[in-house]
Amino acid sequence: MKSLRVGVLGVQGAVSEHVEVVNDTLKIMGINGVCETVKNLNQLKEVDALIIPGGESTTIGRVAKERGLMDEIVRKAKDGTPIFGTCAGLILLAKEVYDLKVGVVRQPLLGLMDIKVVRNAFGRQRESFEVDLNIPVLGEKPFPAVFIRAPVIEKVWGKTKVLAEFEGKIVAAQEENLLVAAFHPELTEDRRLHQYFLKMAL
Amino acid sequence: MEETFTQIRLRQKPVHGTVVLKRGFAKMQKGGVIMDVTNVEQAQIAEDAGAVAVMVLDKLPADVRKAGGVARMCDIKIIEEVMDHITIPVMAKCRIGHYMEAKVLESIGVDMIDESEVLTPADEHHHINKWEFTVPFVNGARDLGEALRRIAEGAAMIRTKGEAGTGNVAEAVKHMKAVMGKIRELQKANDEQLLDVAREYKVPFELVKETAKLGRLPVVNFAAGGIATPADAALMMWLGADGIFVGSGIFKSEDPLERGKAIVLATTHWEDPTVVAEASRMVTEKKSMVGVDIKTLKPEQLMQFRGL
Repeated sequence: MKSLRVGVLGVQGAVSEHVEVVNDTLKIMGINGVCETVKNLNQLKEVDALIIPGGESTTIGRVAKERGLMDEIVRKAKDGTPIFGTCAGLILLAKEVYDLKVGVVRQPLLGLMDIKVVRNAFGRQRESFEVDLNIPVLGEKPFPAVFIRAPVIEKVWGKTKVLAEFEGKIVAAQEENLLVAAFHPELTEDRRLHQYFLKMAL
Repeated sequence: MEETFTQIRLRQKPVHGTVVLKRGFAKMQKGGVIMDVTNVEQAQIAEDAGAVAVMVLDKLPADVRKAGGVARMCDIKIIEEVMDHITIPVMAKCRIGHYMEAKVLESIGVDMIDESEVLTPADEHHHINKWEFTVPFVNGARDLGEALRRIAEGAAMIRTKGEAGTGNVAEAVKHMKAVMGKIRELQKANDEQLLDVAREYKVPFELVKETAKLGRLPVVNFAAGGIATPADAALMMWLGADGIFVGSGIFKSEDPLERGKAIVLATTHWEDPTVVAEASRMVTEKKSMVGVDIKTLKPEQLMQFRGL
């Protein structure tokens, strides 16, 4: 079997954390594969699955657009490449985005997923929180979720399925090959969400 | 002091201000550029240039240096106005040891507080006990001892002090090399030697041991203090910085938007000299901030010796 190449978009943010977690998860699952940081077009073209990490979505979107990465991600997504967006990655994948305080956002988006996202939905950093979250597709054991200036999904439509809610707000969802979480699984030791994503890539 | 990731107790209600959240916030800034701004207009330029956060100040460090006198926390109204107009995180500085300025900044919802030597210290002997805050702190450091003391006091992020407001990267280089060099030494040391280091630095042994084991600081480590060009930023990333603070370098130049974009590009692609060259082409040296040779400053004009 061909080795699975997983890329983490490396413009900015929690890149090394995802790379470490994915390499660890590949080992746990016994998958022949490797995870690397992706910074340019040639690297991006090579990957079989992509993670868009947490960070500042405005910055990631702008730099990725200027380097021609956004169009290539859109192309890959439409070809069926699995893409996992956490926090900032969730924002970038959305078709519609607005900010709770500022309203209209001035930032490039991939616009791939049938979701409407509210940025900074819980407030500022002091409102950031950790909570044990019920995610039915991962089994009964709650998932330790770290929300940092997190967005939420206000509504989903089309083929998008809700995977988890917190206090009535959608915080994880899937639309075929696209997976998103408003929290940071790369900051905890629970590998189940990364396992779920890697299964999508097999 | 250290919280483990695996919590046995089920947290059905949200928990705020944990170590994971504070250090995690700083991790989201990695690979990015945090820009000093003094008003909404500059903050929007910074956001458009691709900054990961802004640091709101009353005066840019170069002007603090020029003005002299006592430099204090920025006007609250300006900070609030900036918070209302941009979506990226907003940081602000408080004076070293000024617990109340920090409490005020926390209460208005600033995303991170910089307990900064750029302002005039309020306490010559003590830093703030940052553990009791919900909001994360960043602190400056000239060497590993200072960095670990600040982390032991609860800092969630470290930056080099450099010499702010000079446009001269030499001190930031010196400080980053001092931190990274000492960590490399620690990696070869045995427990007894690490214990000596802990005693010398006046920090917990576990913290020294953790740093040696990780081969890096246990928190995000940015470069600051004198970065003025894309190549300066790339140099600091090459030396091991997780990201870049640019103080006076952007808004004391004559081409802030282009320079901001160029420094962001060079910070992301520091390993690729052709992209750093492309970033350098976006700006002209004629419009760079005029720098200051550190040797021409009197000892009392140096900010880096405040709060050790």
